[in-house]
Amino acid sequence: MNKCVERIYNGVIKENPTFILMLGMCPTLAVTTSAINGVGMGLSTTVVLVMSNMLISMLRNIIPDKVRVPAFIVVVASFVTIVQFMMQGFVPSLYASLGIYIPLIVVNCIILGRAESYASKNPVIPSIFDGIGMGLGFTFGLTCIGIVREILGAGQIFGFQLLPLAEDGGFGYTPITIFVLAPGAFFVLAMLVAIMNIIRARAEKKGKPLPAAQGCLAGDCASCGQGSCSGKQLSNAEAKKDEE
Amino acid sequence: MSDIYNVSSSPHVRSKDTTDRIMLYVLIALLPASLFGIYNFGFSALLLIVVTILSCVASEWLFEKVTKRKNTIRDLSAVVTGLLLALNLPPTLPWWMAVLGGAFAIVVVKCLFGGLGQNFMNPALGARCFLLISFTGPMTTFANSRYYMSLGMESISSATPLAAMKAGEGVNSMDMLIGRIPGTIGETSVIAILIGAIFLILMGVIDLRIPGTYIVTFVVFVLIFGGHGFDWNYVVTHLCGGGIMLGAFFMATDYVTSPITPMGKIIFGIVLGILTGIFRIFGASAEGVSYAIIFSNLLVPLIERVSIPKPFGKGGER
Repeated sequence: MNKCVERIYNGVIKENPTFILMLGMCPTLAVTTSAINGVGMGLSTTVVLVMSNMLISMLRNIIPDKVRVPAFIVVVASFVTIVQFMMQGFVPSLYASLGIYIPLIVVNCIILGRAESYASKNPVIPSIFDGIGMGLGFTFGLTCIGIVREILGAGQIFGFQLLPLAEDGGFGYTPITIFVLAPGAFFVLAMLVAIMNIIRARAEKKGKPLPAAQGCLAGDCASCGQGSCSGKQLSNAEAKKDEE
Repeated sequence: MSDIYNVSSSPHVRSKDTTDRIMLYVLIALLPASLFGIYNFGFSALLLIVVTILSCVASEWLFEKVTKRKNTIRDLSAVVTGLLLALNLPPTLPWWMAVLGGAFAIVVVKCLFGGLGQNFMNPALGARCFLLISFTGPMTTFANSRYYMSLGMESISSATPLAAMKAGEGVNSMDMLIGRIPGTIGETSVIAILIGAIFLILMGVIDLRIPGTYIVTFVVFVLIFGGHGFDWNYVVTHLCGGGIMLGAFFMATDYVTSPITPMGKIIFGIVLGILTGIFRIFGASAEGVSYAIIFSNLLVPLIERVSIPKPFGKGGER
């Protein structure tokens, strides 16, 4: 069971898809105009992620290596279709505000990335928890961005008016409209990633470095989320092997 | 004796043109426009100018304090940014918006990208566009100038000549030349801006390549696409209205965000003229100078790449 907790910690904190891995930037920037949109997008992605991780992990010994990506996509697309119909049926307003980004979950790189780098190599239970962790991490990231943008851009949080809006010179909050428009998404994402990096840097300075992302998958740089290493860890690992 | 042999490392040719000296010249050159703006719009304009400059300088000081970098407020560039931003704001803007704009200009556009010399777009204009998108209402409400008030006009705000012209109304180009029109604090008086521009050109701070090609291209564009034929009154209104004069002489010539190659400056001016023309004539709003300049700022690396001069002796083959 410890493994499962570790997967969730990994997804939410250590390899947070939004702030650390920088995956799935397209929905991150596009739909986070409000906190509720962020939660909705995050949770629907989580559902797809958990289900697809589970199924792919079950099928991992059946899927031939050469056609694995099309096979993954078929699995993911089926679950996205289910989620899409469910949302259309039960939360039509959220469905309307997320729009095209729901079908686009199919090509969300977090889902394909986890399928490729985790679910297709690990047993079912840890894969499910990996999906939960990554999904919650994604939801957390999107919700944070959505909250900041909604507060600054509309003076609201989850649709509740925090401060009365200043209209006709009265006292109140004047929304900074740019934050609900496209540039605001970039500002807020950059700000939050910067804060995250400061926290990590501080932790490292204190001598308690956050454990480095799950080791190098033996030269499989394309599917490894740790884009910043760009082969360095691999060459280190090879050097060590040579020494041995 | 030993001093004679103590040769320091290069550069050996020194000039007096330090950053703070150039910034001081720019400040002096902006004085006529600022003073006219204060005369024209009264105390609120003075307040905005002071508040914006203070906000810029304080943001720079704070940012460098927090990030433990070298303090650079003495090079006066933050003051210039603040003054330029203030001259680009309507006089009735609430002061806290100006403070926000100043902080945005310095922290986001300048310091986060590495400070003076590293910013990819003009900080003052970046902040102006930030404010324009965020607070469209207050940023496009223009108070009447002193002259209009003295005529007994009662409304507290009115359309700028450009907006009036876009709506098909007539405008008085003599008023526009002197600056007795509604507009942002520093853009109204063409004469005051030109005095400052001539000072800068005489002091060798800017050359005519960018503003010259900018204005000429813009005039040609307006003549061709304006839909008014060779109507000089129309052209003059376009030249004297809005921020094109202030933009051409003071913003487009910003050293950091304009090309350094002579050919590049000319290309830059042409791009600016065409973009401003497109935004003004085909765009939804009456003004487009600030967007044209920050957009062209982004093209500067590309322009410099295609306009590197050929070294002496490399002629002939391509």
